[in-house]
Amino acid sequence: MTTELPVLAPKDFASDQELRWCPRCGDYSILAQFKKLLPTLGIPKEKFMIVSGIGCSSRFPYYVDTYGFHSIHGRAPAIATGIKSVRPDLQVWVITGDGDGLSIGGNHLMHVIRRNVNLKIILFNNQIYGLTKGQYSPTSPVGKRTKSTPLGSIDNPLLPLSVAIGSEATFVARSVDVDTKHLIKILERAAHHQGTSFIEVYQDCNVFNSGAFYYASKKGIKEENIVYLEHGKPLIFGADRDKGIRVNEGNRPEVVELGSGISEDDLLFHDEEAQEPSLAFMLARMRHPEFPEAVGVFRSVDRPAYDIALDEQVNEAIEQKGPGDLEALFSSGDTWTVK
Amino acid sequence: MATTDVAPAEGKRIEERDTVVIRFCGDSGDGMQLAGTQMTNVSAVFGNDVSTLPDFPAEIRAPAGSLAGVSGFQLHFSSNDIFTPGDEVDTLVAMNPAALKTNIADLKRGGTLIVNANSFERGDLKKAGYESNPLDDEVLLAPFDVHKVEMTRLARDSVDGLGLTPREADRCKNFFALGLVYWLYERDATPTREWVKQKFAKKPEIAEANLRALQGGQNFGVSTGSFRVHYRVPPAKLAPGTYRKITGNEALAIGLATAAKLAERKLFYAGYPITPASDILHELSRLKHFGVRTFQAEDEIAAMSAAVGAAFAGEFAISASSGPGICLKGEAMGLGVMTELPMVIIDVQRGGPSTGLPTKTEQSDLMLAMFGRNGESPLPIVAPATPGDCFWMAQEALRIAVEFMTPVILLSDGYIANGAEPWRVPKVEDLVPIKVEHPTEPNSEDGYLPYLRDERLVRPWARAGTPGLMHRIGGLEKSDVTGNVDYDPDNHEHMCHVRAQKVANVAEAIPEQDVFGAQDGDLLLLSWGGTYGAVRQAVKKLSEAGRSVGHAHLRYLNPFPRNLEEVLARFKTVLVAELNLGQLVQLIRSRFLIDAKQYNKIQGKPFRVSELIEAIESHL
Repeated sequence: MTTELPVLAPKDFASDQELRWCPRCGDYSILAQFKKLLPTLGIPKEKFMIVSGIGCSSRFPYYVDTYGFHSIHGRAPAIATGIKSVRPDLQVWVITGDGDGLSIGGNHLMHVIRRNVNLKIILFNNQIYGLTKGQYSPTSPVGKRTKSTPLGSIDNPLLPLSVAIGSEATFVARSVDVDTKHLIKILERAAHHQGTSFIEVYQDCNVFNSGAFYYASKKGIKEENIVYLEHGKPLIFGADRDKGIRVNEGNRPEVVELGSGISEDDLLFHDEEAQEPSLAFMLARMRHPEFPEAVGVFRSVDRPAYDIALDEQVNEAIEQKGPGDLEALFSSGDTWTVK
Repeated sequence: MATTDVAPAEGKRIEERDTVVIRFCGDSGDGMQLAGTQMTNVSAVFGNDVSTLPDFPAEIRAPAGSLAGVSGFQLHFSSNDIFTPGDEVDTLVAMNPAALKTNIADLKRGGTLIVNANSFERGDLKKAGYESNPLDDEVLLAPFDVHKVEMTRLARDSVDGLGLTPREADRCKNFFALGLVYWLYERDATPTREWVKQKFAKKPEIAEANLRALQGGQNFGVSTGSFRVHYRVPPAKLAPGTYRKITGNEALAIGLATAAKLAERKLFYAGYPITPASDILHELSRLKHFGVRTFQAEDEIAAMSAAVGAAFAGEFAISASSGPGICLKGEAMGLGVMTELPMVIIDVQRGGPSTGLPTKTEQSDLMLAMFGRNGESPLPIVAPATPGDCFWMAQEALRIAVEFMTPVILLSDGYIANGAEPWRVPKVEDLVPIKVEHPTEPNSEDGYLPYLRDERLVRPWARAGTPGLMHRIGGLEKSDVTGNVDYDPDNHEHMCHVRAQKVANVAEAIPEQDVFGAQDGDLLLLSWGGTYGAVRQAVKKLSEAGRSVGHAHLRYLNPFPRNLEEVLARFKTVLVAELNLGQLVQLIRSRFLIDAKQYNKIQGKPFRVSELIEAIESHL
């Protein structure tokens, strides 16, 4: 990074395109935090690339003045893998949704995460297909009535973070669209992680699935329903911070009240750097209303990134064999001469 | 083999032949591909012209001894210039009854049949569906010069004392067979010996066993009374130069790496394992020191998508597959068309539909390449004619892609992908690098306009990461010039025409169609892709017999060469020969409104020269 970088502001990342999301969509908030974050990262504007698939969230690249690719349904992780494979110098963000990322693109999401390609993936989870006007998605709860499930959904939903952790993710986090201060912090952590960063954002589709995440976003309610994860700190929540999560003798999480013989030391302490993903997995599975749902960084561990490893292989091959020599290549194997 | 058959090495005659077709066939586990490849190598190094046809089942190990498990390798080697692996077989080596049953029909009358007499026990016969032993069938064997050789026993004898298990000893019998054939055709085994030593460097006892079996086979030829004659095939009179043997898949890989190296670009190759295209991935993954980055994707869709990504990033992007994979890639190829990015998609065609005949050849993806995407989605299509031509057409496909900012499809097929021929090694200084231009400055007062076109309708290729040229592209319809999302009806029509015209403009950047043989007259044989050799041979024979027949072989299928209509008009009859039910012929008829005739074959096998001659004659 050079010191001559111009100082940029969020407005410098605004493109000339008219925003076409519905009024009061949760996407606006995520876009605003994103544009606030980029100028702070010390990366030249032209080195950013945003890749998306299809769906409401996937319009995102049009609204940021960087290199951008609004591609086809579900394939953004694969397209981004191609980009990073030849251009590790670019910081590439992947914008996807619950349908794009977990349904039609589920296979690519799983594989990009296990390869640990240096990408920052934001999955906007609104538990509905918005752009096709309101069908249930792979994250919609059982019983959800939608245009395609008039009698209620009988599909068991996926938990995006379980998929990510099961795919050996090295960075896993969750935030909420309107929790702006938390969201930008999480985005910043993701930006600095080496390898695939996977962030699930609870995002309100106020047209087709309004209020799906009110329990986690509305002031006065959310305090009882979400618990902020902080590395090395106990899991405490509640408006009065009087409740916590403890691991019981059956190795299961349980909600306990602080006081009356239970102190902070008895609670579960978060360790985002744990090599074993079991803790992150357990936290990802705490669901409302039985539990407060965890937000924050679940997991952040080091593992070589795919694109860096690929570059290293190329460099090692050049070191060992010398830069490719066409004459030698043409004549490899048995040759003979005709005079 | 009865011991009485072993006679001293005297009275053996040597005869000269100018061309020989030999086929090794046996169980999939018998090492027939290896034997055939080695025979090809030594023949090529000796200086013969060679052409091969490997023919193996889709199953890696079908039930041993079964008809389904028969694997064959046909080699045509000659002192003449040859074009095909040959119609009929002069010498057939059959390692078991199943191989005999499935191959004997191709052995010419008077041909040499060498069988492994040890593998005709009752159980072996039953697996092949023989009621009685065909080696006792005098009527069946009467037309041939039959040699029943106890190969299993003789191979075991050759490796005796090396401490091999019976199973290991038996696995050497392909080398015994090879040794016998080397004697039969006076081949120098040195390249094979060197290969064995290198291949089994870490298992010296296996190397030794194979070398002894090879020698055992050669010695057997010398000493047995069964063979009274052996043959000499003098070197071919090829154009001067350094040669190597090359398959189509090798040539594609080398061609792609060459194009990238000369243009000083990274080559990004994304693929998913699929027969018969996987070897391109294998070859390229060994060329990392050329800056080649290979990506074995999770599926065909991801491979194509990754290639689109690499193209947007500003590098040379390739994805290859066969028909089933090309179907899956369709949507992402359409994205390449819409975003007008350069990339090459290779389709190594096989028999279809569905999984079809994975290891057999066919030319039935031409319409898929032309029209197999949603919407009006034109792109250029090229097709190499021979294994060696794959080297040139790989570069040509990339050149067109970069010069016209478009995905290009290269149609290879299983026959040229796996088939081998001598290839004259080109001189590096004779190769022309592809010119790549990335803008560094905005192209208008309004900043960078990604769809502002040049006179050939080509848009600029701004490399991601270039300051000041930030822009967004995508799969939604574009406004011309700005590239903004645009649903306007007139704009969509305009853009459909522009994309089509841009591809049509490629015709100005490719060579005119040439004609072999008669330049006008009774009949033009029109063909494309991997059928070149057989068709050229057929037309050559007829021309030499004084018939008014020409041959136009298309290497550019979309757009057609600009003079094609004029070429077709010079002949009374146009006959289109293809390994499908008639696809090019449909394009020719609809495009030029002529009554083109067709000749088709769809058996998973290449054309025979004889059947082409018959077809041509029926139209004369």
